[in-house]
Amino acid sequence: MKDIAVVGVGNTKIGEWYDYSLRELTDEAIFKAIQSANINPKEIGATFVGSMSSGIFNQQEHISALVGPYSGVNSPALRVESACASGGSALRVAMMAINAGYYDTALVVGVEKMTDLIDIGDVTTALGTASDGEWELGVGATFPALFALMMRAHMHEYGSTLEEFASVAVKNHKNGSMNPDAQFPKAISMEAVMNSRIIADPVRLFDCSPISDGAAAVIVTSKEKAKKYTDDPIYIKGTGAGTDHIALHSRSSLTSLQSTKTAAETAFKMAKISPKDIDFMEVHDCFTIAEVITLEDLGLCDIGKGGKFTLDGETALNSTISVNPSGGLKSKGHPVGATGLYQVIEMFHQLRNEAGKRQVTKNNIGVTQNIGGSGATCVINVFSRSD
Amino acid sequence: MTEKNKTGIIGYGVYIPRFRIKLEEIARIWGQPGDVVSKALGVYEKSVPDMDEDTITISVEASRNALKMSNVNPDDIEAVYVGSESHPYAVKPTATIVAEAIGATPITTAADLEFACKAGTAGIQMCLGMVESNQIKVGLAVGADCSQGRPSDALEYTASAGACALIIGKENVIATIDHTESYTTDTPDFWRREGAHYPSHGGRFTGEPAYFKHVISAAENIMKNTKTTPEDFDYVIFHEPNSKYPLATAKTLGFSKEKVEPSLAVQYIGNTYSASSMIGLAAVLDIAKPDDRILMVSYGSGAGSDAFIYTITNEIEKHRGISPTVQGYIDHKVFLDYALYTKHRGKIRMH
Amino acid sequence: MSVPRFWRRRRSLYSLEGSKCAKCGKLYFPSRLRCVECNSYELENYLFSGEGKIVTYSWVYTPPQGFDSSIPYCLAIVELVEGPRLTTQVVGLAEAEIKIGMPVEFSFRKISTEGDEGVITYGFKFRPKGYPNHKK
Repeated sequence: MKDIAVVGVGNTKIGEWYDYSLRELTDEAIFKAIQSANINPKEIGATFVGSMSSGIFNQQEHISALVGPYSGVNSPALRVESACASGGSALRVAMMAINAGYYDTALVVGVEKMTDLIDIGDVTTALGTASDGEWELGVGATFPALFALMMRAHMHEYGSTLEEFASVAVKNHKNGSMNPDAQFPKAISMEAVMNSRIIADPVRLFDCSPISDGAAAVIVTSKEKAKKYTDDPIYIKGTGAGTDHIALHSRSSLTSLQSTKTAAETAFKMAKISPKDIDFMEVHDCFTIAEVITLEDLGLCDIGKGGKFTLDGETALNSTISVNPSGGLKSKGHPVGATGLYQVIEMFHQLRNEAGKRQVTKNNIGVTQNIGGSGATCVINVFSRSD
Repeated sequence: MTEKNKTGIIGYGVYIPRFRIKLEEIARIWGQPGDVVSKALGVYEKSVPDMDEDTITISVEASRNALKMSNVNPDDIEAVYVGSESHPYAVKPTATIVAEAIGATPITTAADLEFACKAGTAGIQMCLGMVESNQIKVGLAVGADCSQGRPSDALEYTASAGACALIIGKENVIATIDHTESYTTDTPDFWRREGAHYPSHGGRFTGEPAYFKHVISAAENIMKNTKTTPEDFDYVIFHEPNSKYPLATAKTLGFSKEKVEPSLAVQYIGNTYSASSMIGLAAVLDIAKPDDRILMVSYGSGAGSDAFIYTITNEIEKHRGISPTVQGYIDHKVFLDYALYTKHRGKIRMH
Repeated sequence: MSVPRFWRRRRSLYSLEGSKCAKCGKLYFPSRLRCVECNSYELENYLFSGEGKIVTYSWVYTPPQGFDSSIPYCLAIVELVEGPRLTTQVVGLAEAEIKIGMPVEFSFRKISTEGDEGVITYGFKFRPKGYPNHKK
């Protein structure tokens, strides 16, 4: 496996962008990435677009053909979809294509423009298509409900508490308040989280990541070609993915994601690291329970203790391991298909010491974890500044 | 009309939703004295379906209960009739969904019936005919309603929800259907035009010329034709729009109060329309003994009455304790206020 | 749900009919055409008893389109006594009454509707076992 380098990045601020269409969001991200890499668009060999649901949100499929040419990038393009892991998955496909020798350099762009659907029932239904449409969504399961089922199972099995889960949201908002691209760059209190409106008991409003619009793009190339575009590339040292049954009820555990474990095993082996080598992570906190389970699945703390680990401050910025220095999906926002790439962009800035107030000081190894659906898909990448 | 034979009920089941509203709560909204209204009707509370219940769901639940009790193979059910005046679809039968849900499809006939509150008992007669003539082995007749009462109208106090399913066959009969005959005229005492949301009725016209005329005539005729008198029966059941009408009918015909009281589920569940007399029958079947004789007379506005004579067999004891009883459903209740009641009954304009 | 989609699955929805592999005995809910355990296509219809227990649950306040249930409604994963698990709503009880491990049974209810003129999807929900006498 050849190391892949990220040589340029670009993204929009995340928010509710009624004034901008999907292609206008991607154009901002793509052009910024092109400038960041100082690359001639003609040198981009292929484009990979990650988006979960442009068909439902925007009545637009075939966005591979929409996005690149609109931004002056006419290379062969493909859309990659695996629900909320679309961004991370699109990056993986680009890496595979470069490794296989088909292309030297690729543009990977993720986008979701969710606010074109104004009825919350419609948005809930659209997001619900990432679950089992017939046997989960079709019987009334929403995404908050599926994660609530996991949260309740976790609380029942391990005695984890609502404070522990709330501390994830508090930490991420604290980090997000230092991120100019975040949708909600505002600190929140434990009381605010625990008293927020119930969405699907025990999941409350502030346990949930928001509805967001955003686009994020990265330019990737092989290690050998990286220095052509930037003096300071970052390298993907290991990559892994896992797929499990789409329906929560078909899986062997309700409190652990096999897809995360499989992805981590592959990625860490490739990168020759173990969990204790990780300095900082961008993980998929679509709901606070997801971050808690991730900590346990990655072996960073004892099983069942992910919440306590967070409440005790072990995952705060520049503590034992900085988790979600960007603010995570909770504070930064969650434009579904783009999220995986926003995580990569955070790696880029952190590893190059460009993260400003939220800079992780001990930053050798960074890991991104991107989940699809209720955990049926997971993509994990390991990043480092050293080649 | 028919001779004594071995065709009869081989299983029965009821379903009554768990929500209730007290009549005095309804009366409170319309500025009426609650205790006076309750006493006048002899009804204290009525059943209200849940948000995800309707005539189809309660028909299936009652049918499943009947099936469990009868232990019949669903493949043997070759006729399914559902009588109601609140079928969820104006066009698309309830009966096919019930038939599919209990596993009677595809070798079966099915149809929906409508005859106000006696659509269910019409189904009993149809099954009786099919089984008697050996065209089918087993038939299912269901009476079910989630009835709508016009706000502030007298019938709002009693229009309720319930279902009763009878399985009719010739083997392992728990109550033979000895005779049936009907009394039918064109009498428009209660009606609803296509597209109208609530029914209309003739007030006091629904009494003497309608309910009493047909029920009493049907009862008198069946007793005359079978040479029986009230003394020959252990129980009598009349359609129950409230508890006053059946009690008055019993008195007029010469039945003692004790013979009709066990059937009066209406006091605690209201008027379940197409299920009404059938749930009354089920309440009696829950307690009757072998050799007990039962007279049942339904009533449907428009108008008509179906009368039946049943005799309980020794087989009945073997089928007790399998499915919930009428009393079991009556006892399990959760009260709603008028606001929640209107939400449950779809009376709030959402669009 | 679109008509062909739920119609195809009506027996699973209406009566908890699943499949049993005639070759290796594996049980599936909902029904399927091929056994992934032994690759046989000889799957027979299998009627589950309808009994199960609550594995986990949540009271949902924001439903998807078309769900008539009372808000909040209870969503749960139920494990059938025969083994398979499914996601379903739990009815017939108040919020305080539900517990993990509670025995439940099949109940036939409306699942969703497509507006005032569309088709109604019926199917399984679960309620306390022994209903209506479950409290005795």
